[in-house]
Amino acid sequence: MKNIPIEKIASATPDGVARHIRGLSDRSIAWIFVAPTIFLLLAINIFPLIWTVWLSFTNSRVNRPNRDVDWVGLRNYERILTDSDIWNTMQATAHFLIWTIVLQVLIGFMLAFLINKKFRGNDLWTTIIVFPMMLSPAVVGNFWTFLYQPQIGLFNYVIAFFNGADPASFSMIGDVHLAPWAIVIADTWMWTPFVMLICLAGLRSIPESIYEAAECDRASKWRQFWTITVPMVLPFLMLAVLFRGIENFKMFDLVVQLTGGGPGNTTTLTSIDLKREAFEKWRTGYSSAYAVILFVTVFGLASIYVKALNKVKER
Amino acid sequence: MKSTVLKTAVASAIVAGALPTAAAAEDLTLCWAAWDPANALVELSKDFEAKSGHNMSFEFVPWTSFADRMLNELNSGGQLCDLMIGDSQWIGGGAENGHYVKLNDFFDANSIDMGDFIPATVTGYAEWPKNTPNYYALPAFGDVVGWTYRKDWFERPEIRAEYKEKYGRELGVPETLEELKDIAQFFQGREIDGNTVYGAAIYTERGSEGITMGVTNALYNYGFQYENPDQPYDIEGFVNSDGAVAGLEYYKELYDTATPPGSSNWYMGENIDAYKSGQVALQMNFAFIWPGVEADANVGGGKSGYFPNPAGPEGQYAQLGGQGISVVAYSEKQDAALEYIKWFAQPEIQARWWELGGYSALRAVVEDPGFASSQPYAQTFLDSMAIVKDFWAEPAYADLLLSMQERVHNYVVAGDGTAKEALDDLVKDWIEVFEDEGKL
Repeated sequence: MKNIPIEKIASATPDGVARHIRGLSDRSIAWIFVAPTIFLLLAINIFPLIWTVWLSFTNSRVNRPNRDVDWVGLRNYERILTDSDIWNTMQATAHFLIWTIVLQVLIGFMLAFLINKKFRGNDLWTTIIVFPMMLSPAVVGNFWTFLYQPQIGLFNYVIAFFNGADPASFSMIGDVHLAPWAIVIADTWMWTPFVMLICLAGLRSIPESIYEAAECDRASKWRQFWTITVPMVLPFLMLAVLFRGIENFKMFDLVVQLTGGGPGNTTTLTSIDLKREAFEKWRTGYSSAYAVILFVTVFGLASIYVKALNKVKER
Repeated sequence: MKSTVLKTAVASAIVAGALPTAAAAEDLTLCWAAWDPANALVELSKDFEAKSGHNMSFEFVPWTSFADRMLNELNSGGQLCDLMIGDSQWIGGGAENGHYVKLNDFFDANSIDMGDFIPATVTGYAEWPKNTPNYYALPAFGDVVGWTYRKDWFERPEIRAEYKEKYGRELGVPETLEELKDIAQFFQGREIDGNTVYGAAIYTERGSEGITMGVTNALYNYGFQYENPDQPYDIEGFVNSDGAVAGLEYYKELYDTATPPGSSNWYMGENIDAYKSGQVALQMNFAFIWPGVEADANVGGGKSGYFPNPAGPEGQYAQLGGQGISVVAYSEKQDAALEYIKWFAQPEIQARWWELGGYSALRAVVEDPGFASSQPYAQTFLDSMAIVKDFWAEPAYADLLLSMQERVHNYVVAGDGTAKEALDDLVKDWIEVFEDEGKL
């Protein structure tokens, strides 16, 4: 095959087809190759998006096929943006998002910094640390539900060991003040290893020669950390924040398994609320407007963030 | 040769004669919740398979996702289910949205009389609109919320003496909700056999229907009504009446003072686990669990007793559970599905259904002189079925239910606001739903 001249291979194309293709421009051929992908993209992404936007201006309910679908203008948007329950849901999401990212970045970076050192059993520890993120969120949710169980849960016993309280005297997932932290802890346990891996990649990409030059200049370890390590790992950290931010904005499974959005609405994140509106209450028009608002929010925030990320990379 | 031809002809005729039966053999799929009675139904249905030649398949979904999964199936016109044992509240949507086949003609043609079934189950599971002779289901499984208690603990002399000293009456089956609360509080945090036990496991679940199915047992008995009896959909002052507020406050107090820690999201399964593991003295739950309690090594065999939901200041009611069996309108095997319903309605099959652990709604079964003594819980089941009330069965029941779940859970479990505020907000939500539905 290697020695067959290219002309001979080309001559294998039937004359009719070859004549036809010779008549096409490069742009046309490119379109022929790209067209199936564009068609799929339009069918799977763009059409549903446009359809959702249209539905958001109607009173559609997909469970009522016999009912007329009326145009309601901005009523759905108005209802959503003036609904205090939805703002509470947004607050719960913001609390979850901010605290999981802060904790995961801090702990993940620390773990990466430690794992980056050469020591015996390094690979084993890396595997053990990475283990939680390999589990299914449903499994993690169940697992932490048991850990948080007031009578038999290990978590309560550990806390009780340190503060001397009765383990059954508090319930992490049943208390309005503790439940938001219960989901933050479980998510941090599961996803910190992911942030650690990204930070580790960043740390390992720093050339050793930079540290050697700093040593020659008698820069202290502390100075090296702040002037070399942190700036060079920062783009990686920001990438991790972006990934975790997007993932946690749409967090659903882990929280549903742990708290079901309760107690009350204290852990009802926007994704849970949206699912209830769309597939339990079947308010299709209303939930479409809700989805559009969330999409615009995430898209806007992500765009601003990506611009900032690019600026940091350019430095 | 002639003989061979003759034999072939005869054989062909026999095969041809057999063909209609063979061609009519269908694979039917019955959809229901994944719970103990479903296993009993699988066993029961073997008789149908043997007699009809049809094959039965089953699609059972856990309760917490049952409505989600099955209503999606119906709303999308899916053909997975030929027969649906849908929840009682689905009957309005099933009828109005064309998901269920109307069964009146079939009942008439096969002499199936709704008068032969417990009236509450006909109204609750089969009729739409309510109290009209339009049937979309056959009552399949009678169920109602009742209470289970640790009879063996109640009989201990030292516990009885202490209770009597504290409350001035004998420890026994409570006759009122207030007495029930006293008993639950009495057991809360008590040491029994070296273990700390708690008062009562009650429904608090947020995600599906749990807390609504629980709190209504208090609300009804304190005076809550869904609407003005004289004017449909007039709910102001009925849903949030003073009595309803007192009922909701009662349920919160019960939750705050007499339930196990961490029971903030409990429904049927969690209550069963808490009771069987000896954590609680009392358990609120649907009657379907009682055969399982009786058979349990820890709490069965006479250690448990059963009683209907106790009375409140405004009467004695209990939340209806249970389901009817319907033929799905999108099924291409409706004839075979109707055959199943005809078979299921027979008195001997219903009697067998009760024996296997299914709660028959056929009067011939439950009014049999031997029924009340056939199981330790049989009389309680009968007493409870006589006092049932059900949630809305409107096509928009899901909106109504989810609003109630949210408002009640927020108050009872999360302690958000007051009972009056919770019910006032519920009234606003429900009015909005009825306005959207064009009912107001």
